Amino acid sequence: MTLALYVPRASLVHRLPAGAKLLCLAALAVALFLLPTLPAAAGALAGVLVVGLAVARLPPAVLARQARAVRWWLLALLVVHALTTDLRTGAHVALRLLALVLAAAVVTATTRVSEMVAVVERLCGPLRLVGVRPARIGLVVAMALRFIPVLVERADRIRAAQAARGGSPRGVRALRTTVAPLLVQVLQMAHDVSEALDARGADDDPPRRRRRPAPAEASP
Amino acid sequence: MKTRDLAYVALFAAIIAVLGTLPAIPVGAVPITAQTLGVMLAGAVLGARRGFLAVLLFLLLVAVGLPLLSSGAGGLAPFAGPTAGYLFSWPFAAALIGWLTERLWDRYNVAWGMAVNVLGGMVLVYAVGIPVTAAVLDAPLWATATSALAFVPGDLLKAFVAAAIADVVRRSYPVIERPRRAVGSR
Repeated sequence: MTLALYVPRASLVHRLPAGAKLLCLAALAVALFLLPTLPAAAGALAGVLVVGLAVARLPPAVLARQARAVRWWLLALLVVHALTTDLRTGAHVALRLLALVLAAAVVTATTRVSEMVAVVERLCGPLRLVGVRPARIGLVVAMALRFIPVLVERADRIRAAQAARGGSPRGVRALRTTVAPLLVQVLQMAHDVSEALDARGADDDPPRRRRRPAPAEASP
Repeated sequence: MKTRDLAYVALFAAIIAVLGTLPAIPVGAVPITAQTLGVMLAGAVLGARRGFLAVLLFLLLVAVGLPLLSSGAGGLAPFAGPTAGYLFSWPFAAALIGWLTERLWDRYNVAWGMAVNVLGGMVLVYAVGIPVTAAVLDAPLWATATSALAFVPGDLLKAFVAAAIADVVRRSYPVIERPRRAVGSR
C-alpha cells in the first residue's frame, strides 16, 4: 500500500515553502470565482499545467489520475449547462473546476506530508490558547498512519482464519462474529499503545522538566 | 485529552481510511463508498468529541496529500471538487451521532442507533452536501437532490450496520462513558 502522492523532484516548486504554496492555491480559487470568464479559467488551467509539468516536472500521469477522478463531474457539468444555459458556460465551469483540482494536485505532489503536517501544526499554534498542544497533533497523525497497515493486517488475518475453518459467515451474522470482535480487538490495541506512550512520557507537557533521580547516597 | 483518547481518535481515522480501500460502487458521478460507515461508527463508538476529532483527523490526512479517499483520491483536490460539501459535513455528522448516542447510552439498541445514524449520517450530510454540489456545479438544487437519492439505500444499510456494530461494541468494550451520572448507578 503506497501512502503518499508526493513526487520527489529537484525543482523551484518543490523548494517553495508549503505555506506559500497553500496560499497561492487559495488565491487562485478566490481569483477564479471573482473573475468568472472562460478565458480566465482556460488561462488558469494552462498556467497550472505549465507550473506542474514544465516547472515542477511532474509526470503527466500524476495529474491525469486527478483529472480522471473528476471526469464524470466534468461531463455532467457540460451536459447540464448545455441543456439549461449554454455550452460556453458549461465549458467555463468545467475548466475552472479542472484548473482548481489540478492546482491542488500540483501542491500535493510537490509537498512532503511532513511539511504539510508542519504547516498544520503552525496553523494550530493559536489553539494553544484553548488548551490544544500542537505537538500532539503530530503524535496523533503518526499514530493514525501506523494504524492503517495494522488494521489491514488484522482484517486479513481474521479472513484467513475463517477461510481455514471453511468459509466465513455472511450478512448480519458476519457483523457479530467478525467485524465487531475486530473492532474490540483494535480498540484494545489502541488502549495498549496509549499506555505504552504514557509510560514513555507522552502526556508530559512540552517544556519537559527532567526530574533527575536523587543521587544515590550509598554508591560504591 | 488523554493519550488514550488520542489513540482512539487515530484508530478511527485509520478505520475510515481502510474502509476507503473497499471497492466503491460507482453511481453516476458520485461513488457509494464504505467510508460514511466509518464516519457513523466514529460517532457511535467514540462519542461526540472524539468522533468529531477522528473524522477531522482523517480529512486532515487526506488534505496533506494521502490518497485515502475511496478510489485513491487525496490531496487538496477533493476539497475543491463537487463532493466537498459531503466531506466537510462528515465531522459534524460524527459529532451529532456521538452526542445523540451519549444521550441514549442507557437504552441504546440497534433501532435507536439506526435512527441516530440516519439523522446524523444522512439528514445532516445531505443537508450540507447537496447544496454545495449544486453550487459547485452551478446546477439546480432539485436536480442535484434527486440524483442524491441514489445514496439512500446504501446509506440506510450503512446506518443499520453501524448501529449493529456499535451495539455489540457497547456491550463488550464500551468507550463512551455515561454522561452526568454517578459511577456505578445503573
